[in-house]
Amino acid sequence: MDGHDRGAKVVARLLRDAGFEVIYTGLYQTPEAIVNTALQEDADAVGISVLSAAHKHIFGETARIMREQGLADVILFGGGIIPPNDVLWLEQQGVRKVFLPGASGPEIIDFLKQAVTERRRAAP
Amino acid sequence: MSSELVERALNGEVRAAARLMTALESDPEAVPAIMSQVYPKAGKAHVIGVTGPPGAGKSSLVDKIAATYRDRGQTVGIVAVDPSSPFNGGAILGDRIRMQDRFADAGVFIRSMASRGQPGGLAKASQNVVALMAAIGKDVVLVETVGVGQEEIDVIRVADTTVVVMVPGLGDAVQTMKAGLLEVADVFVVNKADRDGADRVFKDLNLMVHIGMQEGKWSAPVLKTVATENQGVDELLDKVAQHIAFARQSGQYELRRRQAATVEIDAILRDRLLRAVMHRVPAFDRYAEEVGRRQYDPYTAVEHILQESGLGG
Repeated sequence: MDGHDRGAKVVARLLRDAGFEVIYTGLYQTPEAIVNTALQEDADAVGISVLSAAHKHIFGETARIMREQGLADVILFGGGIIPPNDVLWLEQQGVRKVFLPGASGPEIIDFLKQAVTERRRAAP
Repeated sequence: MSSELVERALNGEVRAAARLMTALESDPEAVPAIMSQVYPKAGKAHVIGVTGPPGAGKSSLVDKIAATYRDRGQTVGIVAVDPSSPFNGGAILGDRIRMQDRFADAGVFIRSMASRGQPGGLAKASQNVVALMAAIGKDVVLVETVGVGQEEIDVIRVADTTVVVMVPGLGDAVQTMKAGLLEVADVFVVNKADRDGADRVFKDLNLMVHIGMQEGKWSAPVLKTVATENQGVDELLDKVAQHIAFARQSGQYELRRRQAATVEIDAILRDRLLRAVMHRVPAFDRYAEEVGRRQYDPYTAVEHILQESGLGG
């Protein structure tokens, strides 16, 4: 998450109301810190909000370190002010889903519910 | 699966420990086997409970306590509990917001837990997660409760030393005379001590402690801190160290561990008995239905259930 947290807070609240346990880390997380949190918390999914145009770096690095740490199976998703042209690139790096401005709450909840269910079913 | 996972966790693998914590929270069937391996190795850490009302600055204080222990060369586990929504089961766990400087430190393992409907200020699995933190070699385990009122004092079953955090502006001296939270304190902290009213709280607490003093017993010291400025934290840790030394030497430590074990065995036994009974009495729900319609009373229902399960006397 970068210096803007309104969107992230709204999403956290939406997910809470849908029954998720959301670990809210606060602003200005480095990719290393994000992955370390996911590791210690045994997270099913990691959501990142980037509105600062640094999305390629943050998502790319987070995905890379997650693979390095054996967390490739953890669902990485996010959103922010991201040019539609970059979405494909991000998905190639391992980001499962990118939500652009205008995405609805139910869209995000449905995506996450389905992805988490699939992940748990696949778990050993 | 779990036995190998425990081995890996005990050998320092973070992912394995984290997955075990999830199992302790979510997989009741797996808990006994995990704990049989973990429990014997969990005795070495100093477990410090941090409790107090919402907004007292518990997370900030825990963060600074962790930093100070790190400076002193100790490794730290943090178990931070926040409430679950009673309506949808969801939770926002926000304790990490105040602990960001610890994220890159491999000597600090932070685990957030949702209370999942458990009253008392902790989650049902908190005690076991604390034990696991100890077993994987953390020197100090900090347990931060949900923001509590007066009766949520389960933390004393888990902690060797309980720190109660108070702040100015919550009430007058009578509040501090009420039962509950104040009786569980081994150390009092008046946090946000740079604010108006801090001296008043400090004096009130000192008075209360003074009235309750007994010869040969630990008397909780009262300290001032400003967690955000890292003021008073060193002194706090010194008092905490004095408390554990006193408790060990006076036999209080063992007494407390034994009382905690009694409560724990009691809870597990109730749980197992209830499950055993429900297993043997398939028509369990029918009784609830009939009592609900006031055909007979709940005591009679339990009598029937016990008879039917073979446990009736």
